[in-house]
Order: sequence, then structure tokens, then C-alpha cells
Amino acid sequence: MTTTMNAVPVGDCVWEIPPDAKPGMLVPARIYASERLLAAMDEGVFEQVTNVACLPGIVRAALCMPDGHWGYGFPIGGVAAFRTDSGVISPGGIGFDINCGMRLLRTTLTEDEVRPRLRELIDALFAAVPSGVGARGFVRLTEDRFREVMVEGAGWCVRHGYGWSEDLAATEGGGCLPGADPAHVSARAVARGVDQLGTLGSGNHYLEIQVVPPGGVHDPEVARAFGITGPGQVLVMLHCGSRGFGHQVGTDYLRRFDEVMPRYGLSVRDRELACAPFRSADGQAYFGAMTAAANTAFANRQVITHRVREVMGRVFGRDPRDLGLQVIYDVCHNTAKLERHVVDGESVEVVVHRKGATRSFGPGAPDVPEAYRAVGQPVIIGGSMETGSALLVGTARAMAETFGSTAHGAGRTMSRAKAKRQVWGETLIADMAARGIVVRAASKAGVAEEAGFAYKDLTEVVDVVHRVDISRRVASLTPIGNIKG
Amino acid sequence: MGRWEVLEAVAIADCAVELSGDDLDDLFATAALALAELMVDPRTVARSVERRVTLAAPSLDLLLYDWLSELIFLKDRERLVFPRADVAVQPGSPCALEARLAGGPIDPARTALRADPKAVTFHQFALEPRNGGWRARVVIDV
Repeated sequence: MTTTMNAVPVGDCVWEIPPDAKPGMLVPARIYASERLLAAMDEGVFEQVTNVACLPGIVRAALCMPDGHWGYGFPIGGVAAFRTDSGVISPGGIGFDINCGMRLLRTTLTEDEVRPRLRELIDALFAAVPSGVGARGFVRLTEDRFREVMVEGAGWCVRHGYGWSEDLAATEGGGCLPGADPAHVSARAVARGVDQLGTLGSGNHYLEIQVVPPGGVHDPEVARAFGITGPGQVLVMLHCGSRGFGHQVGTDYLRRFDEVMPRYGLSVRDRELACAPFRSADGQAYFGAMTAAANTAFANRQVITHRVREVMGRVFGRDPRDLGLQVIYDVCHNTAKLERHVVDGESVEVVVHRKGATRSFGPGAPDVPEAYRAVGQPVIIGGSMETGSALLVGTARAMAETFGSTAHGAGRTMSRAKAKRQVWGETLIADMAARGIVVRAASKAGVAEEAGFAYKDLTEVVDVVHRVDISRRVASLTPIGNIKG
Repeated sequence: MGRWEVLEAVAIADCAVELSGDDLDDLFATAALALAELMVDPRTVARSVERRVTLAAPSLDLLLYDWLSELIFLKDRERLVFPRADVAVQPGSPCALEARLAGGPIDPARTALRADPKAVTFHQFALEPRNGGWRARVVIDV
């Protein structure tokens, strides 16, 4: 076990590192984990979450979710809220893959209907959704059109025939976050991202065909509200973000903040936490560019949804609407957003950074789609391609405690290099095929990196967020087909 | 030629690399090779394209940051990877480099793809003289 910096239990599965643990901490660091998950967390988590607790304007606590692991700047699984009047914004609290997120589509198909055509379906999806290093998207845009996408997000796609109008209501923020400003986006970022719309990327990004396993519905009432009908139902899950465009926006502003911080009298414990006052010209420029990247990520998932509908309609010889290919929800897990939360009894406007953490708004909260208003926002937690994923729902306790946030995935426990030494990509693909999971990948090495043993047990992560009640278990989802970059 | 190794215990979801070179030119060329090897199997990339790159930065470490960021940019913008780089670094304030790159296009039919680097992070980022040469630590988001 590595150092936990003397984290002490302050509740069931809640641990706190007090502000006197490190010079400069303004608030405690709070980690949501079982004893076992806490013990398994690498030392970087504790170092990084306490570094975040030192950033100006932070309120309540620096948080880390149970899937937390060593990242850069914030830990992965990190959440922090900063007052907009006196706090900062930091690219290291969002990540380079701005608005990396999850989208889940339901279908009326059953596993029995899909199995006979599964390989054909996976091959067709692999051909239709470009992935891996150097992939070009299928949506051809001029730079001016790309700037429209930055402002309109998924709405641009629906307006141009890449989706259905109801998709937008089922997307966080309606698929278009306010405040995007292309004027603050560099020419390099535009050049890097303009032809990548509709690409999956690589690493842990994927497009997956999933089924609800036997016993996989844990909350029938909420499941019904989300359109989950029961075991055997086929779903489609998508995990990707803003691609090279967002990566370049992050690079540009990290570099800029690193140089301008002294002007604001700011210093940070990890250079990756370079930041600027939120209300400063630099802070507002980054917020405008970052939001532009977030909107293109919504657009990316939207046009891939369009492709999925085209392919599934073709493979099954039916209209996609007949297949019930509706978006259950699309939710971000790498963003900074302006939200109001109650802090010390007062409603405060804060800029909530979520880096590898999912928004988890409860019943009645703002921006929860009308159809889900009574039950809460769907929370999509992606697991490894071998072990499956989870659908949960946001809670009132998350609103009260974690700025409406919960975990985002299983969380890595093994380096990519070590995973590659343990298994060949080809071997893993063959093993998974024998277990009924068809995999197509642009990079075989990338498949080995994403092996199930390289991740924490998703069940344990979900158990913690359910027990702590920062999101509640609704359904388990098991992969039967996977496309990777 | 300099050396490089992946630090498996650091930032496990990303790729932390320790680099060393006899001098700055060597270290920057080694960094380019390490990045190319992270992206693809260099043996599967044609040496059909040459490029010249010039960069200037306020400090040597920012020059290294900009250098790797430029190579990542070329991967996305032009689908080119460059396993070989002849680099001339001019220390000073500002410092600068001139590089001649040799590599080729990412060809899905021929190129064995590995990871898709997103960006160079500043986490544990370091460049310093050591034992008569230079060493650097870079964590790349993949």
C-alpha cells in the first residue's frame, strides 16, 4: 500500500485528508472509496487531490471519486468547484480531451436477434466510424462551418441531418454549452481538428454493442424511465471526446497559463495545474475556447450516432426508428461548467471542474431532461471492454455533497506497458471471441492496453457510489461487440 | 544516440518517459524517436517525407514542450510521423531549434498503429543537465 496521507474515515466510504496535511491547502481533500479501493489507489491520487485543495477560490473540498487514479494536474476522478468571483480555472482540471464523455443508445433489438449478425455489424461499424491514429472523419467541413459547430454543438448536426431533434433533449446541456467563443481558438486548433468530426480516437475510447444481462436490472422503475426493458435488450455505448481540436485547445492554454500565472501572483504545486483567475481575460478566453471544444465533442458523438443508425438500419434491414435507436443520454466527464450549488447554506455560482468524473444531477435539478425530471439524470459509467459497464441515476445527495458528481469508469490499476507485457492483443481478441465478444481494433497493442485486468473491478466502484448515494445503480450492461481505436 | 525508457509507475493511464542525450541536439532527436515509437512501429513507416521545422521559446524546457507538441500536431494535421530528426538546438534567451525531419504518412494498410498521443503534459515535466549530458522527463497524455 502506498501512502494515503493519513486519510481518515468521516463516513461510510468517505475519507478526508485535513487541510493541515500539506502547506497551502485551503480546504480538505475528500476521497470516496471502500477501504480496499483506497488502499489500492496509487500515491499520485493523494498528492494530486491535495494539490487541488491548494488552488485559489476552491470551496468545500477537493474531491476524488472511487475510480480515482494518478493523472496529471487533477487526479483522474477529481472534482473541484471554484468561486467565479475569486477562483481560478485550470486546464489541468479538465484534461486535454475536453468533454470526453459517454453516450448510450437503446434499441428494441434483443441479443437473440443481433447475435447471428454480430460480426457483420461490428465490421460495418468499424468501417463506418474511423478510429486510431491519423483517422479522418466523414463530415467534410470548411473552417467557417467548423466554427459554427463550435458554437452550436450537437444542434448543428441535427440541423444538417445528422440526427433526430429528440437527441438534443437527451444530451447534457442540450448538446450545446453556452459561452463558446471561436475567437479564442487558435488557428492551429482549427487546423488540427477540422477534419476529425466523426472519429473515435484511440486509447480507452470505444463503440460498443452491449446487452442487459440476466438479473441486470437493479431499479425497475428508473430503468423503465430510461427505456430499459429487461434482460436481453441490446444497447449501443459510445465513449469519445473532442479529438485533436480539444487536445490543441488544452495545449495552447496550458502553455499560455504557464507563462501568465506570475502576472496574477499565482503559483501551483504541479505545473500542470497552471491556471488563471476565472474572471480574468485569460480565464475567460480559455473558458470560451474550452466550451467550443466541449460543443464539438457533443457534435462528434452526435455524428457517430448518425453513422450507427445508418449501419444498424442497413444490417438489420429496418428503419432506425423501427429499431428504437433512441439516445438514453449523453453525459460529459471532462469539463468545467458554470453551475450554482449550495455552499455553507448559500447558493453560490461556481465553476465545477470534473476530470474523469460524471455529472450526477438528481431529481428536479436544472438541466435534467423533462422525461427524467422525476427520477434524475442518467449516469453512464464505462467499464473495461471485457467486464461491462453500468447505468446509474443522479441523486439529491450528489447535489448536496459532490457538486452533482460521481465516478466515470472503472479506473486503471496497471500501466499500459505492463498490460501489453501480460497479453498479446491478438490473443486477447481471440479469447474474447471465444467468450462471445467480437472485437475490431485499429491497434492490436491498444487492445492489450485495455484488457480487463488493467482496471479496477467496476462492481466495486459502482457499489461505493451507490452506498454513498452519489448515484444509484439502475442496470448492468455486458459487451458483446467492441470497436477500439 | 540518446536513450529513453517508459516509467511504468508514473501516471499509469498515460505514458511517462525518461529521456537522456549526450547533448541537447541528441536529447531532442531522441524525444522525437520516442514519440514516434509511442504512435507507431517505425519500421512500418516509409521514409518518404522530409520536413524542416524551426521553433523558438523563452526557455529550453518550453522549447522541448513545443517541439513534441509540434510533432503531435503534424500527426493529426498531416497524418505524418517522423522517427528520425536531426536537430540543432541553440540555447539562449530566447532559445531556438532547427530540425530536419524524416518520416512518412500513416498508411492504414501498412502502418502498425500504437497509441494516439493527445498532448504533452507539464506533470513532472523536467529538462536538466546531468552527468555531462541532458535528461528529461515527459508525461504524454494518450
